[in-house]
Amino acid sequence: MSNETDYKELEALARRGRWLAISTVASSGAGHVGGPFSAMDLLVALYFRVMNVRPEEPGWPDRDRFILSKGHSSIGQYAVMALRGYLPIEELKTFDKGNSRLQGHPDVTKLPGLDTSTGSLGQGLSVGLGIALGARLRGKKFHTFVVLGDGELQEGMVWEALHIAPRYKLGNLTAILDWNGLQQFGWVLAINEQHRGDRRDPWSGIDLRGIFEKLGWRCIEINGHDFSQVVPALQSVKASGDSDQPTMILAHTVKGKGVHFTEGKHEWHSKVATKDELRIIAKELGIEEAIA
Amino acid sequence: MKALRDVFGDTLVALGWTNPNLVVLDADLANSTKADKFAMAYPDRFLQMGIAEQNFVGVAVGLASVGFVPWLSTFTVFFTHRAIDPIRMLVAQTHANVKIGAAYSGLLTGLTGKTHQDVQDIAIMRAMPEMTVLAPADAIEGEAIIRWATDFQGPVYLRLARDASPNVFDESYSFVPGKTILLREGSDVLIISTGPQSVRCLKAAELLGDQGVSAGVLHLPSIKPVNKDEIVSASEKAKLVVTVEEHTIYGGLGGLVAEILSEASPRKVVRFGIEDRWGESAPNDFLLDLFQMSPQRLSERIKALI
Repeated sequence: MSNETDYKELEALARRGRWLAISTVASSGAGHVGGPFSAMDLLVALYFRVMNVRPEEPGWPDRDRFILSKGHSSIGQYAVMALRGYLPIEELKTFDKGNSRLQGHPDVTKLPGLDTSTGSLGQGLSVGLGIALGARLRGKKFHTFVVLGDGELQEGMVWEALHIAPRYKLGNLTAILDWNGLQQFGWVLAINEQHRGDRRDPWSGIDLRGIFEKLGWRCIEINGHDFSQVVPALQSVKASGDSDQPTMILAHTVKGKGVHFTEGKHEWHSKVATKDELRIIAKELGIEEAIA
Repeated sequence: MKALRDVFGDTLVALGWTNPNLVVLDADLANSTKADKFAMAYPDRFLQMGIAEQNFVGVAVGLASVGFVPWLSTFTVFFTHRAIDPIRMLVAQTHANVKIGAAYSGLLTGLTGKTHQDVQDIAIMRAMPEMTVLAPADAIEGEAIIRWATDFQGPVYLRLARDASPNVFDESYSFVPGKTILLREGSDVLIISTGPQSVRCLKAAELLGDQGVSAGVLHLPSIKPVNKDEIVSASEKAKLVVTVEEHTIYGGLGGLVAEILSEASPRKVVRFGIEDRWGESAPNDFLLDLFQMSPQRLSERIKALI
């Protein structure tokens, strides 16, 4: 299969993942959309082309580890895990509904296949650091991936992990910044100020890459929605797991990516689509059975 | 008689020989907490995490998830105040096998003052589901508890005083989680305490005995879990129950005892500890006198109640 065909397959999975996420949130009556949509292509690439995992044996000790530090995007992860075979797609209907393995924020005690719990922002990179450090101490070869939000980077605990990880030379640790340019409410744009979204980019005017590099991270910048950039970048960091530098992938993304009226709109951080909106969304995502 | 911080360092060194999974994480206070003894013995398993307490809790959770038994070491106040959210979400909510070595607990923190005196930790940690909360009185109990906690699967919060207290236990001591220990029998008053304050309470009971007051002392090394029946039955044998703690009187040991007795055997419980105020920088004797928790002051206060 050519790369091009392969990426088409991943794009189809990502459209399906977005549909499962937004339709599940609609049926639950609450949940997040913007973040799951911006991270969706990263999640699909990780679970389908990058991470060495066994959905049928989720606790396999040598699996690559994954932490969605921006835990409020859980429905995006659950949708991709369902597509990958960790859980039945039907189970997504239980999201947030009581007695569910699919908690509002990922709960490692409930759903096999998760590697820690997240939800209170800023904590996931530290756990990933501990796992990667443990792997090094044990001589294990698996890789640890952590997806961070750009709003989440405002949490101080992230910066504690950012300056400690390079000291331990953890080439087996990769952080992926879902740099979608919006947070839940954030700051308003000044008159005539132009940003990617309808509110101010959380890190506007700040050289994040330069900061990460000076702290000791190897940085790779990609378009987080282009599989021809996402997949090779993630595969390359995994291949260099023995190196002496952790990697930060700065993935430029669009909050709400995939549907024209959710893109770049802070209000879609968490919002429930109406039935009419769902029809339009299904059409844009090409979800045949939902259009009918 | 040995300082509890030395017991901490020495016991971890001893355990490190037989347990290759034992790792110690420091937040840049190892030469105060005596985790430096482990650093000298096993430099590869001593992980300096810098002055960044939230991160080091998360790192410990990651290490535990791949089979290590991480002991975290820093001052109590930095756990229960600065790093409480990762302790809540990453450690307690996931039942992570992480051991919290809370050094310099309580009031007697070596001339550091109110910034470093944590007098709310029992209240905070015992309200935390899935957390085990322990507070040894002397060096022998301290070592037994550190050994027990290392073998136990799940989160443990160890309240470890800085300094030495005279030994009240001998080598036959064995720690049982939840179990209370009657250090002295008495019918006029039952003094209930925890940590090294129990030793001072024992001394107070002796002073009271000299004055014809029959004072018992019940020591709680295990704040959570705790054997409620033992507390009820010991309390029912005395005319008065007094709790004493190096901690605020709100929500700590006194709160625990009052909760249990109010449901199971309602009676008056007098809570001695730190009333709604902060501490200050001063030698131990000064602070124990200020907060009326020295054996002498305790015996006077209890005598006045009888």
